[in-house]
Amino acid sequence: MVYLKNKIWNNLDWATVSIYALMVIAGWFTIYAASYDFDQVSIFDLSGRAGMQMIWIVISVAIGFSLLLVENNFYDIFAYWAYVFLIFLLIITIFVAPDIKGSHSWLVMGPFRLQPAEFAKFTTALALARFMNGYRFELMRPKNFLVALCLILLPLCLILLQKETGSALIFLAFFIVLYREGMPGTIIFMGICTILYFLVALKLDELFWDTTPLGEYVNLLLTLLFVFVMLFSYKKGRQTTKYIVFSYLGLVVISIVAAFFVKFDLCRVTLSILVLTIVTVLINYIRFRASRYLYVILFALFSIVYLYSVDYFFDEVLEPYQQTRVKVALSMIDDPGGAGYNVNQSKIAIGSGGLFGKGYLNGTQTKLKYVPEQDTDFIFCTIGEEKGFFGASIVLLMFLTLIIRLVFLAERQRTPFSRIYGYSVASILTFHLAVNIGMVIGITPVIGIPLPFFSYGGSSICAFTILLFIFLRLDATRHR
Amino acid sequence: MKKESFDADRRKMFIIYGVCILVLVYIIQLFTLQVLDSNYKEWANSNAFLNKKQYPPRGVMYDRNNKLLVYNQQSYDVMVVMRETREFDTLAFCRAVNINKEYFKKKWADVKNRKMNPGYSSYTPQTLLTQLGSKEYGIFQESIYKFPGFYLQNKTIRKYSYPNAAHVLGYIAEADKQNLADDEYYVRGDYIGKTGVEKQYESYLRGTKGVEILLRDAHGRIKGKYEEGIHDQDPIPGKELTLSLDIDLQAYGEILMINKLGSIIMIEPETGEILCMVSSPTYDPSILVGRQFSENFNNLTKDIYTPLINRALNGTYPPGSTFKPAQALVFLEEDIIQPSTTYSCYYGWPPGGGRPKCHAHGSPLSLVDAIGTSCNSYFCWGLKAMLESKKYSSIESAMDRWRDLMVSQGFGYPLGVDLPDEKRGRIPNGQFYDKIYSRWNPFTVISISIGQGEIEETPLQICNLAATIANRGYYYTPHVVKKIRDTALDSTYTKRRYTGIASEHYGAIVDGMRKAVAGGTCYRANLPNIEVCGKTGTAQNKGKDHSIFMAFAPKDNPKVAISVLVENGGFGATNALPIARLMLEKYLNGEISESDKWIEESLKNTVILRNGLPQKQDME
Repeated sequence: MVYLKNKIWNNLDWATVSIYALMVIAGWFTIYAASYDFDQVSIFDLSGRAGMQMIWIVISVAIGFSLLLVENNFYDIFAYWAYVFLIFLLIITIFVAPDIKGSHSWLVMGPFRLQPAEFAKFTTALALARFMNGYRFELMRPKNFLVALCLILLPLCLILLQKETGSALIFLAFFIVLYREGMPGTIIFMGICTILYFLVALKLDELFWDTTPLGEYVNLLLTLLFVFVMLFSYKKGRQTTKYIVFSYLGLVVISIVAAFFVKFDLCRVTLSILVLTIVTVLINYIRFRASRYLYVILFALFSIVYLYSVDYFFDEVLEPYQQTRVKVALSMIDDPGGAGYNVNQSKIAIGSGGLFGKGYLNGTQTKLKYVPEQDTDFIFCTIGEEKGFFGASIVLLMFLTLIIRLVFLAERQRTPFSRIYGYSVASILTFHLAVNIGMVIGITPVIGIPLPFFSYGGSSICAFTILLFIFLRLDATRHR
Repeated sequence: MKKESFDADRRKMFIIYGVCILVLVYIIQLFTLQVLDSNYKEWANSNAFLNKKQYPPRGVMYDRNNKLLVYNQQSYDVMVVMRETREFDTLAFCRAVNINKEYFKKKWADVKNRKMNPGYSSYTPQTLLTQLGSKEYGIFQESIYKFPGFYLQNKTIRKYSYPNAAHVLGYIAEADKQNLADDEYYVRGDYIGKTGVEKQYESYLRGTKGVEILLRDAHGRIKGKYEEGIHDQDPIPGKELTLSLDIDLQAYGEILMINKLGSIIMIEPETGEILCMVSSPTYDPSILVGRQFSENFNNLTKDIYTPLINRALNGTYPPGSTFKPAQALVFLEEDIIQPSTTYSCYYGWPPGGGRPKCHAHGSPLSLVDAIGTSCNSYFCWGLKAMLESKKYSSIESAMDRWRDLMVSQGFGYPLGVDLPDEKRGRIPNGQFYDKIYSRWNPFTVISISIGQGEIEETPLQICNLAATIANRGYYYTPHVVKKIRDTALDSTYTKRRYTGIASEHYGAIVDGMRKAVAGGTCYRANLPNIEVCGKTGTAQNKGKDHSIFMAFAPKDNPKVAISVLVENGGFGATNALPIARLMLEKYLNGEISESDKWIEESLKNTVILRNGLPQKQDME
C-alpha cells in the first residue's frame, strides 16, 4: 500500500495538478471579486460566496486525492453501475426537481443542492470507455456504433428533459472522442455543416435579383462545393470525376449568367444540378463500389433534407427564448434591455477592462452587479474587467495548455479505456470552454453552463475535480 | 480491416489544431473588445456613474444705489428616472403636483422624445416638471414614497423686488433645443438667460454647476460616492452684478410712460452708464417666472403693442430735428460753415415756402439761433453746401465723408451696449444713393438734413448724441452693468471713444441747445435752477408724428443726458419734452417741484395709443 502510494505520488502528472490548482485558486479569488459588495465580507467568511467556494474546493480536493487511491479495476468494474445509477438519478430529477430559473435539474436535499447532470459527464465517460475498451473493438461496426451513440444520447436527452440545454449540449463533446476512435470525419463535418447552414440560412434572410432567396442559394452552393471537394480528394476514378465536376460547375456559372438577364429562381436550378450530381455519383458507386461515394451521397442527401428543414427547426423546435438568444448572438436583433441584456453588459464589462484591467476588486461593472450570474456562468467577465486583455488571455491559454496536456496524456495510455476516458475529459473541457467563453464575449448564443474550475458552485467544481482526478489516477498507474 | 483503419495521429493533431483555433479566435475577439474598441469604457462609465448635478445660485443684481433688484427663490423640479418607475396612480400624482392629466401626458411624452430631449436616458434623472411651488412641494414630498423613480431637485428661480426694468433685466427660461445644441454646458431643464442682462451676462450669472459622482448599481440604487468624492466638484455660485440703473428713476419713467408707446433713456455722460432705460409698454418681470411663464409669455407675444420689445434699442425711428446738432457738427468740422455763417429762411427751403417747410422765425439766422429755433432751411443750406463743395472729388465722396462723421458720432451701427439685439439704425452713404437713383443731387436727398428720409436711429443713439455733446466730443459706450463682482468691466465700457469732430466745434452747438431751452422751441424744459440744454424733434412717419426730445444738463459739467421718444406723440415739445423735464428734475433734484406736479398728473393721464397694429416701419 505504501509502495503503491509512493508510486502514484511519483507518477502523478504534476503539471496537470499545478494547472488545476492554479485555476481553482484563481477561480476562488475571482468569485470573491465577483460577489464583492460594498458591505464587504472577508474572503474566508462562510456567509459569502467565496467562503462557500473555499469549502467546496477543500471537499473537492479531498475527494480528488482519495480517488487517486482507488484501484484502477474499480473504475473498470463499476463504470456501468455508476452510469446506470446516474441515469436513474437523472430520471428521478426530472420528476422531483423544483423549478429553479426554468430548469428542473437540481436535487434539493435540505440545505444541499445537487445537479446530477454535472456528474453524468464522468459516468458517461467511464461507461463509454468501458464499452469501447474491448480487445480489437471496432467502433464503426453498426452495432457498436449504435450502442456508443445510445450511451451518449441517453443522458443527453434526459438532461434536455430537465430543460438544461447547456449541460445537454456538452454531451456532444463525446463525438470528438468517437472521431478519435475511428468515426468518419464526415460525421463531424456534417455536424459543422449543420451549424454553418443554420447560420447562413438565418443570417442571409433576403432575396437577390428579386427571385432567389440568398441564404438558401448560398447553402446549396456550399453543399455543391463540399461534394465537389470530397469527390476530388478521392483518388480512384479521378479522371471521371474531373469531367463531372467541371461540367456541373459550368452549369452553375451558366445559370447565374442566365439569371442575370431572365428572372427565375436560381435555387431550383442549383438544386437540380445537385440532384444530377448525386445521380452521377450513384452511378460511380455502382461502378466502383467504393464506400467513399456512399458517404458523399449520404452527405449530399443529408444536406438537402437539412437545408429545407432549418426554418422548421428554428421556428418549431427552438423555444422562443432560444430563438432570441440565437438572433442576439448573430447580431440580427439588438435588444440591450431585454434578451441581449446579459451579453451586452458582459461585453461592456469585459471591454471596459482594457489591456491590463482595472485591478483586483476595482471592477465597477462587477462591483455594481451589472452582469447577471457573474460569479457562476459569467465569471469570465470579472476576469476580463479586472485583469484586462492580459489576464483574460492568460486564463484562455491556461485552458489551452491543460487541454493539450490532457490529449498528450491520453495518447500515452496503454489501454483504450484510459485513452478514451482521457479524451473524454479533454473534450468536455473544450466544449465548456467554447460555449461558456463564447457566450460571455458575445460569439455564441447565451447557453448557461459553468466555466470549469472558475464558476461558483459545489456540483460544478466537485464534478470537474472527479472527472479530472480519475484520469490522473489512470495515468499515474498506466505502466502496470 | 486492420486494427487502425484510420490515421490516429493525424486525428489527434486535428483535435489539437481545433482547440488552438478556438482559443485564438476568442483571444482575437477579446482583443477587439478590450483594446481596439474604446466605446465599452464609456458605456461602462455611464452604467456605473451617476453624475448628480449641483446647481449654483444664480448671481443677484443690484441697482446703482445697492438696492436689490433680482434675487433667487428656492424652487423644486420633479425629476424622474424612467427605469425606476413602477405602475403608479397618475391621477394621484397630478393632484399632488397640481397639474391636469393632459399636461402630465404631454410632459411625460416630451421627456421620452429624443428630438426634444437629446440627452434622454432611462437610467438617469430627467426633468419632468419644473418650478414646483412651495405648496406643491410640500404635498408631493409627503406622498413621494408612492412614486418610486421620482425625485425632487432643488433649483432656484428668479425673484424681483420691483415690477420695473423688465427689458433691461430680461428673463430666464428653460434652455431650448438651440441652446442645448450650442453649448454642452446645458442639459434639458436648465435655465438660461433669454434677453436683457440675464442673456448678456449669462456666463457670469449662471456660475458653474457642480457635480457629485455617485456609484449606481444595476438596479439604480446609489451605492455611495465614487472614490470618496475626490472627483466631485462643488458648484461655483454666479457672480453678483451691480447695474448702473437707478431703479427709482426707472420706476418713475415707467409711470410717466403708461399708456404711451416709446422710450426714455438717461445716460451719465462722464461714464456712459445708463441710468434708466424705459421701454413702453412694459411688463412686470415677475410674471415670467415659474409655472405661469408660458401662459403669460404667450399673452405678451400676442399683445399688439409688443411689450416684449425693448424700443430703446430695438426700435428705429427717423430722429427728426434732434439730428440737427449732429448735422451742424459735421458742417463745422468740414469747414462748410462757421458759427457765424448765416442762412436765410422764409417758411421753407428753398426760401419762400419751399419744402421742407419751416415755421415763423427771424431770418437770416446764425448757427446758434438756427439750433435754438430749429430752423430747417439752415441745415438744408448746409447740406447743399457740403455736397456741392469743391473740397470733395464728387458728391458721392462728400456723402461718404458726411456718413463717416455721422458714424463717428455713434450712428449707423450698434453702439455696443451690453444688451442683446441692439439695432444699427441707418446712415446712408454715396453708394446707397447711387443704387437708388441713377442721378442724384443735394435736392434729391435734402430731407436727411433734418433727420428725415433715409435716416434711422434708435432712441439709445439719440441719447448717446446728447452725451457726446455734453462731453464735447467723446462718449463711453453706453452700458447697464456697472460692476461685476471680482471681475473688471470689459474695456469697451471704460474707454473713451472720440467722435471725428474737434472739441472746439461743440461750443456753438451747446449754446444753440441752451438757447432752444432758454428761449426757443424747448422753453418748457427750462428748469429754474439747472441749465438744461435740449433739442426737440418731430419725426414724420406714416402715422402721426413721433415726439422726440433729447437733452443734457447742466450745461457745464453735465451730469446726465436724456432722450425721450413718444410714438405718435406729435411735436417734440408736446409730450417728449415734459417727460424729460420731469425725469431731469427727478434725477437732479431728487423730487418734483410743487409747481410741476400738474405736469406729472397730466402726463400720467395722457393716453397715446394708436389704433390697430403697430406700423411696420417703426418696428423694423
